[in-house]
Amino acid sequence: MNGFLNSLELFLQVSAQMGTHVLFATLGAIMGEKVGHLNLGVEGMMLMGASFGFSVAYQTGNPLLAVLAAALAGGVGALIYAFITVTLRGNQVVTGLVLTIFGTGVSGMIGKSISGLALPDSITAAFAAKAIPVLSDIPVIGKMLFDQSIYVQMALVTAVIVYVYLNKTSIGLNTRMVGENPAAADASGIGVTLYKYSNIVAGGCLCGIGGAFLSLVYVPSWQDGITAGAGWIAVALVIFATWNPIRAIAGAYLFGALRGVGFKLQGGIPFLGGVVISSQLLDMLPYLVTILVLVFIGLRKKKENQPPKNLGNPYFREER
Amino acid sequence: MLKIVKRPEGSHRRETLMRVSAVFFALVASAVIMALLGYNPFLVYAKIVEGSLMSAYRFRETIHKTIPLVVLSLGIAVAFKMKFWNIGAEGQLYMGAFGAALVAYSLPTLPSPLLLAFMMLVGAVFGGLWALIPALLKLKFSTSETLVTLMLNYIAIKWVSYLQYGPWKDPNGIGFPKMAAFSSGAVLPKVFGIHIGWIIALVLVVVIHILLKKSKLGYEIAVLGESDTTARYAGMSVAKITVTAVLISGGLCGLAGMMQASGIERTLNDQLSGGLGFTAVITCWLARLSAPAVVLVSFLFSVLIQGGAYLQSSMKIPSAVAGVLQGIILFFVLGSEFFIQYSVVFQKKKSAGEVHDA
Repeated sequence: MNGFLNSLELFLQVSAQMGTHVLFATLGAIMGEKVGHLNLGVEGMMLMGASFGFSVAYQTGNPLLAVLAAALAGGVGALIYAFITVTLRGNQVVTGLVLTIFGTGVSGMIGKSISGLALPDSITAAFAAKAIPVLSDIPVIGKMLFDQSIYVQMALVTAVIVYVYLNKTSIGLNTRMVGENPAAADASGIGVTLYKYSNIVAGGCLCGIGGAFLSLVYVPSWQDGITAGAGWIAVALVIFATWNPIRAIAGAYLFGALRGVGFKLQGGIPFLGGVVISSQLLDMLPYLVTILVLVFIGLRKKKENQPPKNLGNPYFREER
Repeated sequence: MLKIVKRPEGSHRRETLMRVSAVFFALVASAVIMALLGYNPFLVYAKIVEGSLMSAYRFRETIHKTIPLVVLSLGIAVAFKMKFWNIGAEGQLYMGAFGAALVAYSLPTLPSPLLLAFMMLVGAVFGGLWALIPALLKLKFSTSETLVTLMLNYIAIKWVSYLQYGPWKDPNGIGFPKMAAFSSGAVLPKVFGIHIGWIIALVLVVVIHILLKKSKLGYEIAVLGESDTTARYAGMSVAKITVTAVLISGGLCGLAGMMQASGIERTLNDQLSGGLGFTAVITCWLARLSAPAVVLVSFLFSVLIQGGAYLQSSMKIPSAVAGVLQGIILFFVLGSEFFIQYSVVFQKKKSAGEVHDA
C-alpha cells in the first residue's frame, strides 16, 4: 500500500510539472476570450516567450528578468493581435493564425543563437524543485504542491488570482460584461477598447511565461518548436475548463498526467483485458474530450458554463 | 475629433491599390527589421525570388506548393461564404489522404486511371464526412464550428500518426516508422514535370467560381451566410444547404490530401501537410473568398514558402526569417482591410458655446 501511495504521489508531482506550461497558456487564453477574443496565436506567443526567456536567462543569469522577458515577448505578440483585431477590426481567427506563424518564425530566429546552450547555474538553482518542510509531507497532494519548482507554484497562484480577478472584483465584472455584451458595457461607461487591450495583452504575457517554463525549467534548453502544439491544447483546455481558471488547473494537470503516462509507456498502455492503447491514440484524448464538452454545454444551456456571448465577434461602436 | 465611418462599396481599383501598398509597406518594414538584425534585406528578397522562380526545378517546386493551397482555399471559401468558419482544412486533408491511401493499399493492381479516380473519390468523401461532423454538431447542438473543426484537425493528424507507428507501419521499413510506398499506378502522372493536380486545381477554380457566383446553390449559400432567418423566410432548408456546402468544402480539402499523398509523398504520413490547411485559411481570407484571386494569393504565398526554404541552404539564414516575413506581410495586409472598409474622418468638435447658441 505504501508503494502505491508513493507512486501516486510521484505521478501527481510529475503531472503538475508536465501541465504547468499549458496551465499558464490556458489562463492567458481565458483572459482573452473573456473579453470576446479568440486568439489562435497562443502557440506563437508561447514560442516567443520560450525563446526570449531563455535568451535573457542565458545573458543575465537573472531568473526574474528571464520571466519578465518571456512575459514581455508574449505580451508584444498579443499587442499586435489586439491592434489588428480590436482597433483595426480584423478577423480574429486569421490574425491569430498569422500570429502563430510570426511567433514561430521569431522564435526560430532567436533560437539560432541559443540552441545547444546550457543555462547558468543561477537559473537552474532558482527554478529547481524545493521541498517545503512539513507541507511536502502531506499525503497524496504534498509532493504535487510543495515539492516543486517555484514556477509550478506560480502557475497555481496565477490561476487563483485570475479566478478572483474575473469573479470577485468589479473590474473583473466589467471585463466579463465586455465579452458578453460590449454595447451594453460601452453604454454603461466601461472603456471597451481599454478592457480588451489590457486583458488580451495580459493573457499574452501569461502565454509567454508558459512557454518559458519549457525552455527554462522543464527541458531546460532551446529546441525549435519546443512547445510541440501545447498552444492548441491550451485553446482546447479553455473549453474543457468552461472558461473557469480553477477548472483550468484540473484540465492542465489531467493533460500533464496523460503526457506522463504516454512518456512512461512508449509502446502502449495495457488496459483491462490486455488491450493496448497506443500513445498516439492517447494524444487524441484532449481534443476528443473538448468536442464532447462543447456538445455537452450546447445541450445543457446552463448559464455559467457558456462561452462568452460575443466570443469572436468584433465590436463596432458605430454600428451599435 | 476622429470618427470612423464605413465606406460605401469602394471601387475595385482602389481596393487593389490599398492591398498592393500594404504589401509594399510590409516589405519596407521587414527590410528595416532584417537590417537591424544584420541581414541585407535586398539580398534576402533577391534570394527568395531566386529560390522560388529562377530555375525550372525551383519553379516546379513552387507550383507543387501552390496546388494544395489553391484547392484547400477553394474548399474553405465555400464554407466561409456561408459564414461557416471551417478551420478544419488541415484535418480534412489528412482524412482525404487517409481515404486515398486506404484505396491505394487495398487495390494496388487496379488500372492506374481507375485507381486514381477511385482514390480521388474516396479521398473527397472522407474529407467531406470529416467536415460533416462539425456541421451536424452545429445544427443539432449549436456548438461552435470554429472550435470543433480546430479540434478535429489534431484528431485526424494523430489518427494518421497512429497508423504510421502502428497497424500500417511498413514491415520492410527497417524499424523506421513509415508506411509503404504506393504502387506506381497510385501515383498521379505528370504534365510538364508537375503532377496533374495543377490541371485539376485550375478546373476547380472555374467550377467553384461558377458555383459561388452563378449557381442557385451558391446564391443560397450566400443568403444563408448573411442571415439564416432570411434564408428560412425565403423557404430555404438551412440544414440541406449547410450539409451540401460543408460536403463540398471538406471534399475539396480531402481531394487536396489525396493529391499530396499521391502526387508528392507517394505514401501516407503524418507530415504530408505541415500546416498547409492553416495557411490556406489565410490565403482564402486574403483572396476575399474569390476563386480567381485564390490562385494569385496562393502562388505568392508559395513563393515565400519555397524561397524561405532556399534562404537556409544558400545563405545560412535561418528559414525562420521567412516565417517572420510572412507574418509581417500578413499583419499589414490584415490591417489594411480596415482602411479599405472604413475611412477615418476628422470631425470638428462642436464647442459648448456653439451648442448653446443652437
